[in-house]
Amino acid sequence: MEIWRLPISASQRGKLISAGYTSLSSLSSLSPSELARELKVSETEAMDILKAASHSRGAETSNASCSILEGAQSAWDMLHDEESLMHITTSSADLDNILGGGIHCKEVTEIGGVPGIGKTQLGMQIAVNVQIPHDFGGLGGKAIYIDTEGSFMVGRAFQIAEACIEDMSEYNRFLRKDFQECKINMKPEDILENVFYFRICSYTEQIALINYLDKFISEHKDVKVVVVDSVTFHFRQDFDDMALRTRVLSGMALKLMNLTKKFSLAVVLLNQATIKHTEAPFN
Amino acid sequence: MANKLISEVPLPKSIANVFAARNISTAKEALSLTEFELMELLDVGLTEVRSALSQISEIVAPTYQTALSLMEERFQNEHFRGHFPTGLKGLDAALCGGIPFGVLTELVGPAGIGKTQLCLKLSLLASLPTNYGGLDGRVIYIDVESKFSSRRLLEIGLRSFPEIFQMKAMAQEMAGRILVLRPTSLSEFTQSLEQIKVSLLQNQVKMLVIDSMAALVSGEHEQGICRQQTLSWHISFIKSLAEFSRIPVVVTNQVRSHNHDDASRYSFQVQRRDGTMEIPIRYDSHLIAALGIHWAHAVTTRLVLEAKSGQRFIKVAKSPISPPLAFPFHITSSGISLLSDDGMELMGPEINAIHCQGHNEISNFGREGLQ
Repeated sequence: MEIWRLPISASQRGKLISAGYTSLSSLSSLSPSELARELKVSETEAMDILKAASHSRGAETSNASCSILEGAQSAWDMLHDEESLMHITTSSADLDNILGGGIHCKEVTEIGGVPGIGKTQLGMQIAVNVQIPHDFGGLGGKAIYIDTEGSFMVGRAFQIAEACIEDMSEYNRFLRKDFQECKINMKPEDILENVFYFRICSYTEQIALINYLDKFISEHKDVKVVVVDSVTFHFRQDFDDMALRTRVLSGMALKLMNLTKKFSLAVVLLNQATIKHTEAPFN
Repeated sequence: MANKLISEVPLPKSIANVFAARNISTAKEALSLTEFELMELLDVGLTEVRSALSQISEIVAPTYQTALSLMEERFQNEHFRGHFPTGLKGLDAALCGGIPFGVLTELVGPAGIGKTQLCLKLSLLASLPTNYGGLDGRVIYIDVESKFSSRRLLEIGLRSFPEIFQMKAMAQEMAGRILVLRPTSLSEFTQSLEQIKVSLLQNQVKMLVIDSMAALVSGEHEQGICRQQTLSWHISFIKSLAEFSRIPVVVTNQVRSHNHDDASRYSFQVQRRDGTMEIPIRYDSHLIAALGIHWAHAVTTRLVLEAKSGQRFIKVAKSPISPPLAFPFHITSSGISLLSDDGMELMGPEINAIHCQGHNEISNFGREGLQ
C-alpha cells in the first residue's frame, strides 16, 4: 500500500483509499481535474497529491532504471567535489591529519569527551579558524556558536583570536618572499564580531533555533560553521518520555545534516561523556 | 520562551484554530513533535505544517549577539571585567582575574583541607567595598554542615583588613552583609533556592556560596545514579541563577574513595604506548570527587585542594581559561595564603587526581562513610 508513504494529510489519504486508489501506479495516468472529481476535492489539492505521488515514484524507480536521473551524482564527480572542498583547520596538525585535512564542510562532526578535556576550547578554536582568510588557506567565513550550557568565555575567545592573528603574521613573514609589509588587517575584535552567539536555555529553544537556522543562514550566507556546545545538555535532564527524546534528537540531527548539504557548511557538535552502567540492579 | 503560547504567534487563522482544537497550546508541545506526527494530528498538508513550524521557531528561537558585543557588554557593565579577585595573586593571574562571574566554580578536596576557610575568605572579600577589592554587596552563604564560624570570619577580617575591622561599626556592617542559611534537608534547600532567585532579581546579592553540595544528598537514602538525578534540577537551576544574575557562585564538594566498578575510566581512554594500563597508585587513599559526572560537566571551573607529602596544594583542574597549575598554600590567621605565586604546571591526569598524603585528618574512612 504505497499510498501510506505519501506525504499528504490523513483525510486526503482516506479519500484516495475510499475512491479505490491504493498504489502509486494507479495515480500515474490521471489528470488533476479527473482526480478532483473522483475525490470531491479542489483541483489545486488534487494537483498537490499528484505531485507528491510523482516525487515518490521518481525516487522508487531510481534503482531499477539506469538512465540519467534527476538528483543523482556520479562517484567521480563526488570525489572531485570532496577534493575541492576546503577544510577548517583545528590548529593541531595531528588532529587535522586524522580528520583528513581538518573539519570537513558538508559534514557533521561530533566531538565528545569527559569534563574538562577541552571540547569547548576546540569549539572556540574552530569558530575562530573558520575565519582565516582564503590567502592563508582558510575559508574566510563566519561562525555560529550555539551555547547550551553557558560555557563560552568571551575573554578566552579573545585570547584565541589574538593568537590566531599572531600565527597568521608569522606565516606571512616566513612564506611571503616579497618584501612588502603584508600587515594583517584583522584585529581580534573583528574576529569576535564574526561569531554569532546564541544562548539556549531549554530544549524547546534548541529545536526552535535549529529550525530557524535555515532562514538565518540564507540571510547570512557567509556562515561556514555551526558549533553546538553541547548538543545533548538539555536532553539529559527531566525528559520522561525516552521515545520522544530519541525522535526529537534524530529529527534535529537530520535537519543539521540537511543544513550542511544545502549551504556547504560544517556542523560541529560537542557532546558530553557519560557513564555506561553495565549492571543495573535498580532497573 | 519555551512556554510561548501558540495563540501569540502570528499564524494564519485556519491553522491556529486547528492547533487550538487539538489542544496544542504552547510552542513546546508543537516543537516536540516531528513534522509527520503533526500532519497526522492536525490533518493538514506538509507545506502548511512546515510554514507554521518555521514561524513558531522564529519566534521562540533566541536572538543572536556577536561575540564582540557580548564582550563589550561584559566589560562595561561588570566590576573587575567579569572576574572576582580572590586576593591570592598567583591564582588570580592563572584565572585571568579571579573567580568568573555567571558560572559555577567548584572547590573539591578531602575534609579539613581548607575549603570552608577559602569560602569564608571569599565571602568576606565580597562584602567589602569596591576600593578594597570587594563586590560591595550581600553574600548568601548556604551552610549545610554548620561549619560557618562568625568568630573565624571576624578574625580573618581583622588580620587582613585591620583598618576596616577595628572599627566596630564597620565590622558590623560587613559581617551584616553575609547571610547564612542552614537548610536541614534537600527540600528546604530547594525552597530557599526559590527565595534566593527573588533576592537576586532585586540585585542586592553579589555572591552565592554553597558549602557543601555533596552533603545535601548524603543525607538522602537513595544510592548511586538516583542520587545524581535528584540533584539534576538543582544543578540547572543554580547554573541559570548564576548566569542571569552574573554573580560568582562558589560550591564545595566532598571526595569519596575510588570504587572499582566506577567508570572513572572510560572505554575510549587510550592505553599507554607500551600496552600497559596505568594502575592507580594505592599507597595513598585514592580519592575522586563526589557527585558524579553530570555535576563535573556542569561546573565551569574546578579547583582541587589536596595534600601531598604534608604540603597543601590548590590546583586549577578544570578551567576554560587557564593552564593546569598547582599552587602550594597554607592556612593562616588571615585566611588562606599562597606560598608561591608561580604555579607548577602539571601534565596529564595528575591535575585531576586528589591526594591526601600526610594529612592527619584522613585516616581510614570507609566507603560508606564518605558516600
